[in-house]
Amino acid sequence: MSEPLVTTPLRDRAQHALGDRFLHEALDIATTKFIGLRREAFGNFPEGEALRDRARAIKEAALQRLDEHLERLVDNVERLGGHVHFATTAAEARDIILAIARRTGARMAVKSKSMATEEIHLNEALEAAGVTPVETDLGEYIIQLAHERPSHIIAPAIHKTKGQVAELFARELGREVAADPEVLTRIARAELREKFLQADLGITGANFAVAETGTVVLVTNEGNGRMVTSLPRVHVAVMGVEKVVPSMTDLMVFLSVLAKSATGQKLSVYTTLVQGPRRPGELEGPDEFHLVLLDNGRIAQLGGTLREALYCLRCGACLNVCPVYRQIGGHAYGYTYPGPIGILLTAMLNGPRSVKELSHASSLCGACADACPVRIDIPRMLIELRKEVDEQKIAPWPERVAFRALAWLLRHPGLYRAAARIGRAAQRPFVRDGRIPALPSVAGAWTRTRDLPPVAARTFQERWPALEREAR
Amino acid sequence: MSASRRVALMITCLADMFYPEVGERIVRLLRRLGVAVTLPAGQTCCGLPLFNSGYHAEAATVASRAVGLFADAEAIVVPSGSCAWMVKHEYPGLLKDSPEAAAARRVADRTYEFSQYLVRGLGLTEFETDTAPGRVAYHDSCHLLRGLHESESPRTLLRNLPGVEVVDLPGSDECCGFGGSFSVRLPEVSTAILDRKLANVEAAGAACVVACDAGCLMQMKGRLGRRGSPVRAMHLAELLARERGGVR
Repeated sequence: MSEPLVTTPLRDRAQHALGDRFLHEALDIATTKFIGLRREAFGNFPEGEALRDRARAIKEAALQRLDEHLERLVDNVERLGGHVHFATTAAEARDIILAIARRTGARMAVKSKSMATEEIHLNEALEAAGVTPVETDLGEYIIQLAHERPSHIIAPAIHKTKGQVAELFARELGREVAADPEVLTRIARAELREKFLQADLGITGANFAVAETGTVVLVTNEGNGRMVTSLPRVHVAVMGVEKVVPSMTDLMVFLSVLAKSATGQKLSVYTTLVQGPRRPGELEGPDEFHLVLLDNGRIAQLGGTLREALYCLRCGACLNVCPVYRQIGGHAYGYTYPGPIGILLTAMLNGPRSVKELSHASSLCGACADACPVRIDIPRMLIELRKEVDEQKIAPWPERVAFRALAWLLRHPGLYRAAARIGRAAQRPFVRDGRIPALPSVAGAWTRTRDLPPVAARTFQERWPALEREAR
Repeated sequence: MSASRRVALMITCLADMFYPEVGERIVRLLRRLGVAVTLPAGQTCCGLPLFNSGYHAEAATVASRAVGLFADAEAIVVPSGSCAWMVKHEYPGLLKDSPEAAAARRVADRTYEFSQYLVRGLGLTEFETDTAPGRVAYHDSCHLLRGLHESESPRTLLRNLPGVEVVDLPGSDECCGFGGSFSVRLPEVSTAILDRKLANVEAAGAACVVACDAGCLMQMKGRLGRRGSPVRAMHLAELLARERGGVR
């Protein structure tokens, strides 16, 4: 269990988010843009659908032999002079990285965008150990200044408007700053250049690692990943074990679908291939290279209900198209990974208790599965999680009783018909102009914003005898 | 049209209880097309609410009853995409280890969502309307679109209706926010999603939004009514009166 359970009710968190007009403005602009770019990218690429199938098939096959691929990866990274560490839990991963920092006397760490290091809450641990973490991805830099956490898998500051970012920068610098993305980027760039040169440690995630070559692959659009992996003396990459891919050919398939799904690009601007530390005769690169392979609940799911979630490439496409995410943003989910895939990953990392409410934060519309580059059936797994939450009695007992009672009613047509008659009698005081504008108790959750139709004076089945007579 | 066609109507709980007129329209339309309609007695609900909330053992018992009711039907017509999806996609899996396994697969194969039955089952696309809905927007209900991969049949039927102008609805494939129990578990989020949908309908200049799912209709009607909007939400069947050039 890597994260404490969030205790405020999801409904309250969601309502808080719905009331944030900046969040709404920022999310609407960004997700609409992402959706359009993705659609266009695949629209212009007729092979896209086949490539998605191929990517899925590679993932399926790779996970079948995950142990072999990992062994091969380890051998090759070590052959190239790198060190590989295996972390079963988030705490183990933090300890490994802190030990490296201590041994190398690191005081400052530059980081490129990484959800894996968010997952293990690395920044807090580094700070506590006297190592200053500096986020170098623009979005991450912004949220680090704001003391927040990413609200999107690939666009961490998606919840902020440019006006809010300008205010944040102004507060930091103590002067007026224009709400112009170019100006803001230039300021961040100047600040970060210094840090790149000062830092002793470079910490990154990894989008992929290629088993046959020992190559760790980073995909960025800002080039900061390249500086993080080449300027400091020591580079540590943290990667979930499921991200190993067998070959370079496989990698090409993933790079193509990842960029299209994430940002609608043919390829991301920078694809950084890291092959161990600097070798004799090379001009660039760190003295030491470490790869931390993170389990943290993943391996248990190889044979679990969430297995398919291990195919995830972290492109964020399912977040952009999710009607719930688009309304409440990432923070309301309460855990490291937001959105539809985030609910599955939250359950994977923190167990079914963590998704007692979150597994229901979906209308099951299926837009996520449609957008997923590897066609993960997210709605299906959300339903499986709900099942787990019911079966393990994590769901509140009145709810479990209510659903069992409903099932019983639906098995007995006489009771079902009686329920219609009872409903008709009970609704009488509440019907106004053929609609029910307000009901007490649980039903009030519906009627607070929407009218409810009354049970018809005669149900269809009650009308049927008359309809049958019409036919004669 | 062969007069020997027979269909069994799976009325669904929402249409039975709240929108019986939709069922009546369907029965009368099908009869005019020469299709005999039966209503297997003792229908309740397909069990989708149980299934989606994770109560699969319970959903299986409900599915088992329904399969028994419809086991002998030549074709089964359902006025909601989500219920049709439940029968077609989930019944066989829920009942795969039960004595009804074969019957469940047969029922699944013979089940049609209403618009699909007209277009793909009967091969009919030209109808007339007896209502004057004006400019119409079509809302793709999620299970029909992404579960049954159907976006064309309802649109074809609407486009071919004389006097009906089908407007382009931006985000027509976006959820209306209903999602069954989702609509009451997170009612504010559900309503926010719905408002986005209705804003698109209104911006498209539609006088009427048409869907093929009672769940979406309950959601959209509920909000339109509350806001006093002049826009109406209607089931596709409410627009179809008879086959164009049909004699009856």
